[in-house]
This record gives sequence, structure tokens and C-alpha cells, in this order.
Amino acid sequence: MNINSNTPMEDLTPGGEIYNSGNAREFKTGDWRSTKPIYLSDKCKQCGLCFPVCPDDAIPVGKDQKRTDFNYDYCKGCGVCAKVCPFGAIAME
Amino acid sequence: MDIRERLSGNEAAAIAMKQINPDVVAAFPITPSTEIPQYFSTFVSNGDVDTEFVAVESEHSAMSATIGAQAAGGRAMTATSANGLSLMWEMIYIASSLRLPIVMSLVNRAVSGPLNIHNDHSDAMGVRDAGWIMLFSENNQEAYDNLIMAHRIAENKNVKLPLMVCQDGFITSHSIENIELIEDDKVKEFVGEYKPDEYLLNKENPIAIGPLDLQAYLFEHKAQQALAMKNAKKVILEVAEEFEKMTGRKYSFFEEYKLDDAEIAIVCMNSTAGTTKFVVDSLREKGIKAGLLKLRVFRPFPAEEIAKALEHVKAVAVLDKADSLNAAGGALFEDVTSAMYVNKKQVPMVNYIYGIGGRDTKADDIESVYRDLQEIANSGNVENPYRYLGLRRK
Amino acid sequence: MAYNLKEIIAEKPSRFTSGHRMCAGCGAPPVARMVLRALKPEDHAVISVATGCMEVSTFIYPYTAWTDSFIHTAFECAAANASGAEATYKALKRKGKISEDQTTKFIAFGGDGGTYDIGLQSLSGAMERGHDMVYVCYDNGAYMNTGIQRSSATPRFADTTTSPAGKVIPGKMQSRKDLSNIIANHHIPYVAQTIAVNNFKDLYEKSEKAIYTEGPAFLNVLAPCPRGWGYNTEDLMQINKLAVETCYWPLYEVIDGKYIVNYKPKNKLPVEEFLKPQKRFKHMFKPGNEWMIEEFQKEVDRRWEELLNLEETTNKEQE
Repeated sequence: MNINSNTPMEDLTPGGEIYNSGNAREFKTGDWRSTKPIYLSDKCKQCGLCFPVCPDDAIPVGKDQKRTDFNYDYCKGCGVCAKVCPFGAIAME
Repeated sequence: MDIRERLSGNEAAAIAMKQINPDVVAAFPITPSTEIPQYFSTFVSNGDVDTEFVAVESEHSAMSATIGAQAAGGRAMTATSANGLSLMWEMIYIASSLRLPIVMSLVNRAVSGPLNIHNDHSDAMGVRDAGWIMLFSENNQEAYDNLIMAHRIAENKNVKLPLMVCQDGFITSHSIENIELIEDDKVKEFVGEYKPDEYLLNKENPIAIGPLDLQAYLFEHKAQQALAMKNAKKVILEVAEEFEKMTGRKYSFFEEYKLDDAEIAIVCMNSTAGTTKFVVDSLREKGIKAGLLKLRVFRPFPAEEIAKALEHVKAVAVLDKADSLNAAGGALFEDVTSAMYVNKKQVPMVNYIYGIGGRDTKADDIESVYRDLQEIANSGNVENPYRYLGLRRK
Repeated sequence: MAYNLKEIIAEKPSRFTSGHRMCAGCGAPPVARMVLRALKPEDHAVISVATGCMEVSTFIYPYTAWTDSFIHTAFECAAANASGAEATYKALKRKGKISEDQTTKFIAFGGDGGTYDIGLQSLSGAMERGHDMVYVCYDNGAYMNTGIQRSSATPRFADTTTSPAGKVIPGKMQSRKDLSNIIANHHIPYVAQTIAVNNFKDLYEKSEKAIYTEGPAFLNVLAPCPRGWGYNTEDLMQINKLAVETCYWPLYEVIDGKYIVNYKPKNKLPVEEFLKPQKRFKHMFKPGNEWMIEEFQKEVDRRWEELLNLEETTNKEQE
């Protein structure tokens, strides 16, 4: 969506409606992070406990039901994932 | 052929709603508009309409449900009065900001307190800056006609604003008068289908409505609303022209009753215009050049047109059926005087607050205003521009 | 079908995206995301959200984190907005203006402020009228969006910015409102109390039931707020677990009036385990304030017993 704080009134959507739902993905929240989770794939057993706890949906899960490395564009570094991991496969830095 | 009937203002409004056959009506009972949802729910129960009737638990929810219904892609209507409108107030602003062409029948009544169920315009005046188109109706016929025209105005792509049709509580809403109704199929054709470009129930293109709209955007979104209100002026006239072709009944921003050669004039809204016409006629018989400007379209406010219509008179009285309690004058008075000033029309103006809480305003009262106007016209001076009509005082 | 979390996450894309601006570690987004995952992928939803954290952080013009249709208007009317939209759905379906293949579900979200307090009337109205919708309360026990003011969901003794623990008054003096039971007494088809624990099974399955039960349904989900509760952000899931293990937040369902307690801990933990990690209860652990913990425990025990009794009596009646 090409709307920003320089957009003239004529080009803003009426009533502040948004027609491309889910476009918050364009807004990166990774720079909020003060601590960073590190994915230690060798320790990961793909148990799935960390996938749903991430408030920011920053743990990508493929069709093979396996997670990959963090999406640092969105990860806010809360550490909830590291805490639930029973295998020490997420380290906080 | 028109159908001749005898109906109260509330019945007329309910029948207009039946003919419009909206998708959703959400309403809550409040005197004197209660009959509208009563009649309408009977239509629903008897299968006369296809509407979902949502019997909400408050007026706040009436407007909230109406908003949800209209945003979902349906045509949604409601009716209320006085405190009902007050309870809706938050949602009234939101409805217009979301650019939802909701149509409401507002049966004007005094806003509490103290509690009073009778007519004045304090409810409508409380939402005059809320971004709704506001049409006023002298009688049941106009309440009906305005509702038939409402969706065509509100839903126009250059407008997309909610609209309320006002009529005077009890005086109009509960008085049975002759009325000419339009055939159902003609109304259906005139009103047409509601086809929004974007709506919640469009699965193919989900949208989000009602954001947090911060400093970088709210100003522009408000200006869009203001622009839509300006655009509404042209649309109101276009729709009136089409309506006239169908019914022969002529509507504009206001009605000029014996105004073109008038020397003194009253500006007022709703049922008082009927009484005023009677007084104008009797004064004319005595050779007094009295006239009336009956405002139909209060929002958008036709400032330039009013100024032009009043430029030739020697004195104008604006009657406000709601006091602004601002030590300066009523809302209509301030709008009209400002219209005159900005358009460089120097006519002495005086304001009368009248009819508060259903106080009866008789022909004699109106005649006294014209007498005052004669004096003002002669002297050119207005001693006190902020006056009361029919108030008991020492 | 047996619950398989990994499969659900792999097969059902998130309908509540990244890029929202709720706090790091907030308990609400995982809840909302999981509720929406209970929708069948082919079904569409209209989501109505009350003003609060979940609205102001997810739909800041021109960005929205919701992939379904979404409406927000004000604080107290998420249920009323949803009921209007649902009414239009019925009307348009009846008129054939919406394709027969389209299924749209109506889901409202509100915090405890927007649900227990200011929105209670419109929620009650919508439930009583029988709209086919689900109302999800994410209960974080105070007005967090405006800066942690007490609500009627705030537990007794909690320190909030409008029930501060002071020298004379030790925090909020009133017990929390039992909203799940209030809604259950509307005699609607489905009411459940749930939380995000373990692998979210309880939350997911109740969401599925709520969404696909015809008529009104209500979910009350405890959603911790690290800022308002004053625990370490990373401890979210531990706090959730303690809420359940202490029976502070029992997991139960009310299906057509029948109570089912979904989890009865073998060893019910003392409630101080739940209270201790939270700064809002810190004053309760000062010497001389033992009575407060005792009172709190009594309240939890009483409500737990009441719930077990309800389960027993409502199941007996139905036999």
C-alpha cells in the first residue's frame, strides 16, 4: 500500500479503510528487540512448543511441520520461546 | 398514481422504511419515535419486508449494530429521539467517519434534563457537527418524501455519509394527516440497489474498517468528510429533481414561501413552518409583506443560497427550537447570521428561542414576531438579538 | 480428528500477522492467532474488536494485522457491531446476494475492560438475541491500554494505577467478577473458560467448538500482561500454567447448561505460586500481610468448589 505521511487527502482511503488486509507485514518490528533469540538447530527436536507462543509469528514453520530460523524482521526479543524450549535449542543473547 | 392515505408521521416513516425494504433495522424504543420500530417489526413478523430486525438493548447498540450492518454491505436503518440520540452520540460521529450511508428517522424531542418527552430540536442540534446530512420535515408528507430520497443522497459515491430525516415529535409524529404515498414498485426503482465497492462480507477482498488514525492522517480523513458534505449539496438537488419527476412534489435546500417580495421574513424548520405559513397568509391579506424561509437541508448548510434568498428583506427573525445556552443565540441563528455576514448581506437579524419542551407555539406568537420585525425594519436597529418567544417571566 | 499442533500450524496460515505493535511478550496475540486458526481455511471471518490494546496495536492506519474482514468502532460495542454484521449476513444470504458457498463467521474480541465493564451491556444483549457469533474476551485483568487501571476483572489486592497498594488501602479491595458464569447464565449454547497452556490444545479445541456451534458462544481467555502484572516477559507460559495449576483460572465449558471441568489438577498448587512472580501482588508478601494471601486462597478455593458443584448438579439434572 502506497500511503504514507506525505500522501495528499485525495489519495487516502475514505474513512481510513484498508483494502489489503494483513499488510502489517510491511511494518517491521524487529528493531524493538533488545535481546535476541538464537536458534540452535542441532539441539532442536522440532517438538513444536515454541511455534505458537511467539506473539509476533516470527518463527516460520514450513509445510513439513518443521521450524526454521527466526524471522528477525518481526521478533521483538521477548524470550517466551526460549523459556518454553525443553531442549535448550534457543539461546537469548 | 399516488395512493391517498391518512397517516401519522411515524406511520409515514415506517411505511417509507417498508417500501425501502432495508437489509437491517436495529432500533430501541423511545418516545415519541417508538411507533416506528413497532410498525416496522410488525412488517417483519408478517413477512412484508426481507429485513433482519435487531431488537437491541440500547440506542448505543442500535447505532453500533447499524454501523456493523452497513459496513458488512447491507442497507441499515434506525429510528430514535432525544436521549436515544444522546446515547448514540459517540457512534453518530463514528458512523460518518467510517463513511457509512446509514439512514435514521429522528423524531425530534427535548433532550433531558429535566426529563420531558415533548418536541423541540435540542436532540438534532446536539449532533449538528457530527457529519450527518440532516433533512427537516414540515409534516408527514415531507417526513415520508425525505426518507424516500435519503438513500439516493447518502449512498452517492461522492457523498457516502449518513443521513437523518427529522420530524417534530408528537406534533408531526402522532398527528394524522392526509398523505400521498408512492407505489411500492416505483419506490423500489427510485431507491435502487445498494452496491458498495468495499464491504466486510466480501470474502474475495477482506477489508479493515476503523483504524487508529493518528496525527499524520486524521486531519485529511476529516477533510474528506467535509468535502463529501460539500458534494452532498449538488446530489441533494439532483435527487430532488428526479423525485419531482416521479411525484410532482418539489424539494430544494429550503422552501421560500412568499419570500420573493417579502420585506420581513422568518427562518424556521419543521412543523412551525406550517403555522408560519398560516400567519404569512393572514398578514398578506392585511397588506403586510411577510415571508418565510423554511429550511429543509440543515446539513450541509446552504449558506450562500440562504444569504441570496434573504438579501432583499429588511429584517429577518430566525426561530430556534433549541437554546444553545451560550449567551449569544441559537444554532440556526448563528449559522444564518454567519451566512449573511460572509456573503456581505447587511440585514438586521433577530433570534427567538421558542417551543422548548413542547411549549405550544401558536399563530399569535408567530404574528408577534412579525410585528417585532416590522419595528426592526422601520428602525433598522435590533436592541436585543437573542430573545425568547412564549417564555413566562416577570 | 486428534489434535496435532504442528499440523495445524503448518496447514493453516496465520490470520493475525506479524508487524503488529503489541508489546514484546504480550499474552494476547498468541491467543487471537490460535482462536482464528480454529477457522476452517476455506471459511471467512468478520472480526469485530473493541478499543483496547488489541485494536490500537494491530490496525494503525495504514496497516492492519488481520487477514480477514475487520471492524473496530469503539470501546463498548464490539458485540453490537458484530451483531449488526451478522444480521446483514442473514439478510443477504436470504436474498441470495451472498453465494451459497460462502461461510462467514463472526468473531468479536475485547479485553476485560471492554467486556466485563463498559461492553457488558452490549455483550449481554448480543448473547441474549442469539446471534451466530463468538465473543472472545482476552482477560488481562485491568485496563492495560490506558495504563493499568483496575477493572471488575482485576483480582482482589492487585496493585493497579487506580487501586494502588497504599499505606491504608492495600490494592483493590473487591473480588473479581465471574463473567464466564454470568454469560453462562444467559443460557447460550456454548461458554468456555480457557488459556494458552502446553500446546494450546484446550484453547484450540474450545475455539473450534465456539466458532462452529450455531448461535452465540463466549470464550473467556486469561491473557497475561507482562507490563501490568509485573512478571518477567519470558515467563508468559509459566504464568499461564500456574493460573491453571492453582485453580485460579479453571478450565471449563458450559455446553447447553451442562458444566464440564476440563482439568482437575492432581496436586492443586497454593495460589501464592501464581501470585509470587507478579509485582502487582508484591505487597501481599510483606510480613504482616499473610492474611491477604489466606483470603485470596479462600476465595480461589470457594470458587473452585462452586465450580465442581455446578459440574455435579448440572450433569445430574441432565441425566
